[in-house]
Amino acid sequence: MSAIATNRWLESLLAAHSVAPPRPHAWVNQMRAAALERAHSLTLPTAREEDWRFTDLSPLYQLAFKPVTSASSPAGLALEPVIAPEAQRRLVFVDGQFVPALSAPAADGLVVTTLAAGLDTHGELLRAQLAQHASFQDDAFRAINTAYLADGALVIARSNAAAAAPVQLIFATTQAEVAIHPRCLIVAEQGAELTVLEDHVGLHAGPYGVNAVAEIVVGANARVRHIRRQQEGSGAFHIATCAVRVERDASYESISIALGARISRYNLNVRQAQEGVRLRLDGLALVAKRQLADTHSFIDHAVAHGASRQLHKCVVAGGGHAVFNGRILVRAGAQRTDSAQESRNLLLAPGAHVDTKPQLEIFADDVKCSHGAAVGQFEEEQLFYLRSRGLSEGAARALLTYGFAAEIVDRIPIASVVTALRRKALEQTHGEGLA
Amino acid sequence: MIRRGAKVLLDIRNLRARVAGVELLKGIDLTVRAGEVHAIMGPNGSGKSTFAKVLVGHSAYQVTSGEALFDGANLFALPAEERARRGLFLGFQYPVEIPGVANAQFLRLAYNTVQSARGREELDPIEFDDFVREKMKPLAIDPSFLGRSVNEGFSGGEKKRNEILQMALLEPQLAFLDETDSGLDIDTLRVVANGVNELLTADNAVVLVTHYQRLLNYIVPDYVHVMDSGRIVKTGDRALALELERRGYDWVGTAAAAPAS
Repeated sequence: MSAIATNRWLESLLAAHSVAPPRPHAWVNQMRAAALERAHSLTLPTAREEDWRFTDLSPLYQLAFKPVTSASSPAGLALEPVIAPEAQRRLVFVDGQFVPALSAPAADGLVVTTLAAGLDTHGELLRAQLAQHASFQDDAFRAINTAYLADGALVIARSNAAAAAPVQLIFATTQAEVAIHPRCLIVAEQGAELTVLEDHVGLHAGPYGVNAVAEIVVGANARVRHIRRQQEGSGAFHIATCAVRVERDASYESISIALGARISRYNLNVRQAQEGVRLRLDGLALVAKRQLADTHSFIDHAVAHGASRQLHKCVVAGGGHAVFNGRILVRAGAQRTDSAQESRNLLLAPGAHVDTKPQLEIFADDVKCSHGAAVGQFEEEQLFYLRSRGLSEGAARALLTYGFAAEIVDRIPIASVVTALRRKALEQTHGEGLA
Repeated sequence: MIRRGAKVLLDIRNLRARVAGVELLKGIDLTVRAGEVHAIMGPNGSGKSTFAKVLVGHSAYQVTSGEALFDGANLFALPAEERARRGLFLGFQYPVEIPGVANAQFLRLAYNTVQSARGREELDPIEFDDFVREKMKPLAIDPSFLGRSVNEGFSGGEKKRNEILQMALLEPQLAFLDETDSGLDIDTLRVVANGVNELLTADNAVVLVTHYQRLLNYIVPDYVHVMDSGRIVKTGDRALALELERRGYDWVGTAAAAPAS
């Protein structure tokens, strides 16, 4: 698809939707205007670009969007399976609209509220952080998201506050042919501890687009655990960026699970801004036929004494396509970086496809960096062990597939999410008798 | 215990097998009757583990001649899972790790698969939990063991106890225990051996594959076979194991220049 054609699509997209009404905060209006202007001048990515060469968005560019009609009644929504009972604080957005009836905000040591409300209560913090980490200068999707920024989720863990229970952020889409632009800002101040469960769920099987941006700031000595589930509808396009800034002696742990959407792309950009940082990035994509799931991660060890561990797994059914690009940059000053990355992939049938690419760029000399990528079938010894216990070959393969996926799922620190995802993994691997 | 007229569980005649084109079993005969305990000893590389894996149906091994009747059926015509369902069991020398699959989940799936094949009742997770905990007690297995991934991060002793637990659950007619004693401290060895002894009845049998006489102090064999270069070169009773411990294996090889069978 030509750049002219994609830009025409972008123009029509921007023309068809009026931006959100102006805010009383001049800086927000300015930011959105700048982003809109930037969106007009950027080109949309095509498969001719290195960064997108495995993920062809042409089907998205053929879609004509229409405005969101008034949101469905919250009572009629099938959100039950997504809601994690462990989360005492929750924000629910349906088709881009905040739904107070399904939400449980907070306003003490832990702030859980909407960006719209936060503009009044935490204006200075928002001004200092919003769009500072996920830049809209070089990416059309982020520019569009910022241009349409009307509301979103705001989570702030105050200094040294430890939130025992996870905070859940749900972004649900219930209509076809709409474009939704979810936005999150998550700030853990110095010494705070926070677990965030970010859910993207589709309640419609038709085509629609979700273009999400999240920004996360992990302050000095803070710890953030970030669990992300993408369960969009089977016709959906899900494009997302999460930009994370991690400060001195802090820790950021991400577990991202991609289950849904026709085409999904998740850019996870983590910047080690100060020394002594620990990062853990785990990912799992369960890719069914006619699905494409693309994860691009970027770990930027910008300064010394950073450690990162990454395990990304893809389970691909026949006709499915998984993409993983794991870029790790160790800058010149980033001595004593300790980084290990592993990409493991399972192809379940002929016609399953995976493109995996570790991308290490090391400019410091006193570092320990390893990476590995494996695309495989099952180990013969594991199959034999299970068959020697009476399992048929099919049952043994299903169990091993399930175990392959469950290894990532089990790292999630929220029991109900583990249970739900284990069930999903079972359905996907056709395991029987394991409930 | 040797009993005249006891049912023949396994009858092997002139078994030859190869892996990757190399012949490792060169004509084995063995008969195991209900109620018996056999020990197969021999130096490294003599074919003991190969023999066990061939019998339970490892796909890397190719049977080139000979036959084996297991409970009256042609063993080599059955896939590995069918052999297990009919009551053949291998306790692995190196139990395989399966990350992501909880031990309880694996044990129940194996148990129910075998139960169903034998026309017996399956257990739901709650029933199975009670059932398996009872089976774990004699083996002194910690309950936390059920929630961990199969064999992953298990100590050597835990892995071997897990094998015996599987034996207890699957109730095989005939169990091959491949070096179940190796790497165990004396206390664990005693627990594992007692676990096996408790499972022995007049209707089943066990074949212990081992390097060491030590295990045979706890599980007393009726027959001791010595393997060398893919053959059983000598068969005796418990005294043979003691003699092997005293004199090593070298003398057996010379004494058995003529085929043992």
